[in-house]
Amino acid sequence: MAVRLLSRLVLPEIRGTVYSSSAAAPATLSDFDVQHKTPVIRKQQSIPKAQYGGRHAVSMLPGGGIGPECMSYVRDIFNYIGAPVDFEVVDIDPNVDNDDDVQYAITTIKRNGVGIKGNIETKSEAAYVTSRNVALRNELDMYAYVLNCKSYPGVSTRHKDIDIVIIRQNTEGEYAMLEHESVRGVIESMKVVTASNSERVARFAFEYAKRNGRKKVTTVHKANIMKISDGLFLETSRRLAKEYPDIEHNDMIIDNCCMQLVARPHQFDVMLMTNLYGSIVSNVVCGILGGAGLLSGRNYGDNYAVFEPGTRNTGTAIAGKNIANPIAMINASVDMLEHLGHRYHADLLRNAVNRTINVDRILTSDCGGTASSTDVVNAIKENANLIANKLHLG
Amino acid sequence: MSLLSRNIFRALVQGSQHVSKGVHTTAVNNDKNQTKEGRIKCTLIPGDGVGPELVYSVQEVFKAANIPVQFESFFFSEVNPTLSAPLEDVVNSITRNKICIKGILATPDFSHTGELQTLNMKLRNALDLYANVVHVKSLPNVKCRHNDVDCIIIREQTEGEYSALEHESVPGVVECLKIITAAKSERIAKFAFDYAVKMGRKKVTAVHKANIMKLGDGLFLRSCEEIAKLYPRIQFEKMIVDNCTMQMVSNPNQFDVMVTPNLYGNIVDNLASGLVGGAGVVAGASYSAECAVFEQGARHIFSGAVGKNIANPTAMLLCSANLLAHVNLHSYSKMIKNAINKVLKDGKVRTKDLGGQSTTLDFTHAVIHSLV
Repeated sequence: MAVRLLSRLVLPEIRGTVYSSSAAAPATLSDFDVQHKTPVIRKQQSIPKAQYGGRHAVSMLPGGGIGPECMSYVRDIFNYIGAPVDFEVVDIDPNVDNDDDVQYAITTIKRNGVGIKGNIETKSEAAYVTSRNVALRNELDMYAYVLNCKSYPGVSTRHKDIDIVIIRQNTEGEYAMLEHESVRGVIESMKVVTASNSERVARFAFEYAKRNGRKKVTTVHKANIMKISDGLFLETSRRLAKEYPDIEHNDMIIDNCCMQLVARPHQFDVMLMTNLYGSIVSNVVCGILGGAGLLSGRNYGDNYAVFEPGTRNTGTAIAGKNIANPIAMINASVDMLEHLGHRYHADLLRNAVNRTINVDRILTSDCGGTASSTDVVNAIKENANLIANKLHLG
Repeated sequence: MSLLSRNIFRALVQGSQHVSKGVHTTAVNNDKNQTKEGRIKCTLIPGDGVGPELVYSVQEVFKAANIPVQFESFFFSEVNPTLSAPLEDVVNSITRNKICIKGILATPDFSHTGELQTLNMKLRNALDLYANVVHVKSLPNVKCRHNDVDCIIIREQTEGEYSALEHESVPGVVECLKIITAAKSERIAKFAFDYAVKMGRKKVTAVHKANIMKLGDGLFLRSCEEIAKLYPRIQFEKMIVDNCTMQMVSNPNQFDVMVTPNLYGNIVDNLASGLVGGAGVVAGASYSAECAVFEQGARHIFSGAVGKNIANPTAMLLCSANLLAHVNLHSYSKMIKNAINKVLKDGKVRTKDLGGQSTTLDFTHAVIHSLV
């Protein structure tokens, strides 16, 4: 992202040359710093960053269902490993019809720049109350969603060694929330695709591929049916692909893509798609890798970043039973530490999680284990302790 | 097979824990935090005046509690420039360690070299330590005119009157520039509000003199108002500095969090410290984005007491407790705070400033004996 944002600083005609050297971004800047130092296209009120004495303030939105318990595990672990992060917890009451709480949550993320969230319930089905998750993404203009799908050897699944990155347009498309009844009995739902947002997310995808040493970007679409809207998205990504000759680009129709994913998932590397397809494909991939409880997703805008579990399910049915899988939320917190630039703590926690799943095989029932949520959390803490000791003593 | 490997692994886990406990664990506390980062490094600046005595007291307590913090000590002084460590070394050390505990640096009244910046200011500017936080809180059994004072004073300390820009335009006429910028005003206001959120406070008061300095303090005030809009759940009010000082001495309980430009903050800090027992009992800290320097809230070197073993180490010990909380060693932090409170509550060991006859060392030892 560093290069992507920096690229906005330079004139379009010299863009090509600047892109060729990723050294344009100083290596020491964390993504968090880059977001706070770079002027952006959209006019945003510039707010001083919330980093004091090496500690970051982060908004925490526990949401509904298993969110609150998972968040308490995250806080527990952060406290244990001494991660320099202070959480500002914002609870959103799902039963209230007005949007005060959501607006406040959005304000806190604007202040802090970074948030971690569970899934926020929208119980009201009244037409004027918008989905709170969507409202959050739209208000903060978080146009890109990244889901890193990597197999855990410790979780037995049909396919092994999958490593796919899904990048999804997050703010428009079918989620534009524009529906109306033109004549009685006929409802139109609008899908909005804009060139500017398509370009932003495509640029994000290629920059991501480049920075992370990925080889291929696959654009997923349905341009054979929606020739103009999905066509625009496809055209944009094809155009941008020409700026990145080192990265292979192909495209695939969404229905075929889903079939290929479950049959031969190893052909995919980075996948780029519009909003609804992203929602479907990320759930498919999560299912292939072992369920909703493992992966974490990242929402990026130009100024803000919000981290959350990869599949946006509330898990109300298993809340409070100590059987929910805490890994997804913990992985989200690892992503957050990485974004903030706390490499030491991020690596420590990531290694501890990997070790717990792959070596100790302490898993909750959704991944075929027998452990409770707290067992997993304690195992992760124990492993973190072990790894840290090795680092310092050995 | 998997059962076997798991058990072997468990045994390894336990084995290594025993080893690490042998290295770091203490008799008084079994906080597991200590094993995980090894020893935390902290820069130490003893300072001038009674600073070294107070710092010694902190080191004694840390040693007794077996706290996994390792000090990197620098002699740093403006009044003794020949022995002082170079500024760059100190700055590098603090940048590396991210935390520092510091005694007070003496500042000569007149500059001999013609330089306007003091060493304190140089250090602050080099590290960009823009926010000074002083938590003024009544201590148990310390008799003062007001009880239950509990306010946090946050002061901008890199610009304003401390910009060190003075000149004599014509003989006999000196101009001293006070610089206020929107960027730094917003930054300190945001710091104050975020601090209020973190500490669960309800109100932020901006202290200013915008009725006289309409542009300078006006900008500060406007910046605070701008930032306040982002915090709908925290009350924001403003108060003129002269009124503020009067309110402070007559009715200090009305204040919660205060945010001030540089000079007013300096004055209000000292005034508020006086309300709860003086320079010896109030802890403070300075923050930049990256690092934190813990120092006394009211900066007095108390040179009259040097070598007499009578200074009160409470403030410095509270600083060290705050430092421990900052690096997530909460149990140690609580342990020291509880010990100090216990000693003060018992009231048997009191230093001179609190009406007793005990020495610095007596007090330190009393705190060590109260560690649980």
